Amino acid sequence: MAGDLSIKTIRETPLEEYLHPGSSMCPGCGAQVMIRLMLKVLGPKTFIVNAAGCMTLLQTYPYSNLKSGWLYTAFASAPAGAQGIRDALDSLISQGKARDEGIKILVLTGDGGAYDIGLQATSAAMDRDLDFYYLCYDNEAYGNTGFQQSGASPYGSSTTTSPIGRLNPVGTEKRKKNLFEIWKAHNPAYLATISPSHPLDLMQKVEEAARRKGPKMFIGYASCPTGMGFDPSLSIKVAQLAVDTGVWPLKKYVDGKVTHTIIPRFVPVEEYLRLQARFRHLFDENNPAAKEAIAKIKDEIRSYWKAQGIEAKARHHMVIADGSCCGSCFSSSFLWFSWGIPSGKGKPSSLHTNMEVAML
Amino acid sequence: MLDLITGNEAIAWGARLAQVDYVPIYPITPQTEIVEKLSEWAANGLIRARITKMESEHSMITAAGAAALAGARTFTATSSQGLLYAFEMLYNVSGWRAPFVLANVSRGLAAPLTLLPDHNDALAARDSGFLQFYAETCQEALDSVLIAYRVSESRKVMLPSMVNIDGFYLSFTREKVMIPDELGDFLPPYPIPAISAGNMPSMGPTVLDPSVYSYFKYQMHLAQISALDELKKAISDYEKVFGIKRSLIDEYMAEDADYVIVMTSSFATMARKAIKSIREKGIKVGLIRPWVLRPFPRDDLLSALAGKRGVAVFDQDVSPGFGGALYAEIASSLYGAPDAPHIASFIGGLGGKEPTIEEFEFMIRELISPDLTRRGPVMLWTDKDQRILDEQRSIALRGGVVGR
Ligand SMILES: Cc1ncc(C[n+]2csc(CCOP(=O)(O)OP(=O)(O)O)c2C)c(N)n1
Ligand code: SF4
Ligand SMILES: [Mg+2]
Repeated sequence: MAGDLSIKTIRETPLEEYLHPGSSMCPGCGAQVMIRLMLKVLGPKTFIVNAAGCMTLLQTYPYSNLKSGWLYTAFASAPAGAQGIRDALDSLISQGKARDEGIKILVLTGDGGAYDIGLQATSAAMDRDLDFYYLCYDNEAYGNTGFQQSGASPYGSSTTTSPIGRLNPVGTEKRKKNLFEIWKAHNPAYLATISPSHPLDLMQKVEEAARRKGPKMFIGYASCPTGMGFDPSLSIKVAQLAVDTGVWPLKKYVDGKVTHTIIPRFVPVEEYLRLQARFRHLFDENNPAAKEAIAKIKDEIRSYWKAQGIEAKARHHMVIADGSCCGSCFSSSFLWFSWGIPSGKGKPSSLHTNMEVAML
Repeated sequence: MLDLITGNEAIAWGARLAQVDYVPIYPITPQTEIVEKLSEWAANGLIRARITKMESEHSMITAAGAAALAGARTFTATSSQGLLYAFEMLYNVSGWRAPFVLANVSRGLAAPLTLLPDHNDALAARDSGFLQFYAETCQEALDSVLIAYRVSESRKVMLPSMVNIDGFYLSFTREKVMIPDELGDFLPPYPIPAISAGNMPSMGPTVLDPSVYSYFKYQMHLAQISALDELKKAISDYEKVFGIKRSLIDEYMAEDADYVIVMTSSFATMARKAIKSIREKGIKVGLIRPWVLRPFPRDDLLSALAGKRGVAVFDQDVSPGFGGALYAEIASSLYGAPDAPHIASFIGGLGGKEPTIEEFEFMIRELISPDLTRRGPVMLWTDKDQRILDEQRSIALRGGVVGR
């Protein structure tokens, strides 16, 4: 990460909060953690343009737990909404009808919005070199409608439209669409993957992106207790394992170059899969396809990392690309302490298990 | 300035005179000339609007609505398939209460695919919350855009407007148009402040309570009703500033008429010709042409229809399984009115099928000696229509596979 960033360690995390407790999101929702961290870096003059999905319920009339401005558009066209607002402001500024106050525009959609129905609108916004941020919080399914298979659903995961049955022992039979590469082909100003388990990595990427004009694109691992099926207290742990197993590479694409910002420890992928109900069938002894499916998942991880010149072999220590510690072990507990007990429906996540995450 | 311009150019002039700040665009025949004209003007510094090339009409309407909320006077245009592609967003932007103007250059809907006009596209959007103007002439097209901005942006309305002109028949027809040199104070400054650090609203949020949903939806109806008054004020100011008179209901030889044809848009010009010729035979006929369908000018329409013996509604659309959409509105307005005239429903002009004088004569004959047993509409169909169809079907049905 560039040496001149203001957030050098987790201790420099901005204290200001722009996303407050009180939303109707599930406890332990990984997406909210990422939004909260992102807004800390982007600051008060952020205008969010949202597409249909879980996060749409961040604004339920007459309540708002956001300090940012907000426009809910529709499922497919949040990037076009961002375009309209940016264009309006640019037009008014260039005509002297408004002052340039450095308003930042953040598109917020799920994976359904980004990988599938809104891909066209996103492609075009990048093509027009729109100056905006995009956070795709990827919970790997259509969550808001009850966790149906999307382009982001990984091979072997069961969803409500790829359920396990006598004729389908695997669940989702296709592989996860490679949105990073699709977006990368547009050569945006900034592109990165993030995870709520790696707040320092996340904030540094946002800060680095903020120095660039043009599309600043983020795909975040949105650990989703409700849809993926695990206890809310395990949310950060699941996200952490997604990174540690090599399932969710943390990387960035800047100036034509992809850099992996975290080199995983390559924890066996079973540890990640086993925690989640959506992969439960892969550990069912009576499932004839289970072994082969897990082997296929492993193969995919191995070949991904091999292509990066890295052998996917278990390591003792987590190493970051520049050799320093990623800070995530400290930060996951830090964040959850300051986050407090999530309000809203369901049971609050317990601080005890978050400490457990910190020990990981 | 008086100039000979097409309907499309007249629409573009409306946007230019309104000094719009923003125009998101996407091509479609027969609308494209509008956005080409605006692009040309922008490239030459004749307008200051920012023009953005979108990738679809769905995105175009999203961007238009968002920009209108962000403080920019916004214009955009489409036709037919494009309007339907954007359909989801039509309801959204009106729910956002985003007061911009959308020109729709009417074109029949596929399938079968056609380029020529009818009103199924615009009427499909009838319930979207947009105000709807249906222009007959190029002059009226320009006037509609300016009046639409004025009414849409009025605090009591705050809804988008759709200005419809017929593809080809009006979009590509040159007529003499009085283009105002400037607007004077006809159009007040744009009412929505720019988004800024001190102005960060939350817009379009979810409502979880049906009572609240009902409240907001009904507010849109009340805003449309307020738009009737605002329209009347705007019409009167428009005449004062530009010397051009518009009315919600345009009447032609209707005052002393026993029988009237009710229809909208450019094909009314053909009705005028037919009415003149029918009058020569001593039958008192006239034309009643609603210029605005949303808000629906019920009272004005009823007073225009008062005392008539027969009303023939010419629908340039079809609602399969029912009949004419315009007929439904006129008939429901007349229901229960004292001495309501006999009303008959005709479907014509689909996919640009030009109505002939004989078709109008037929409609009037049907009014004079009505077939009271008839339920549903009459499709206007001439021998010539049958001949063309027979010819083409015989080719299509000739059978056999080419090359076998
Ligand atoms: C045009 C359209 N189609 C379908 C829907 C129904 N819908 C609302 S949210 C949603 C799922 C969104 O999935 P994703 O983008 O992954 O976000 P998540 O719900 O997982 O947060 C769907 C299918 C809709 N609102 N609009
Ligand atoms: S379903 Fe998943 S993504 Fe949606 S609010 Fe709940 S935890 Fe978050
Ligand atoms: Mg999702």
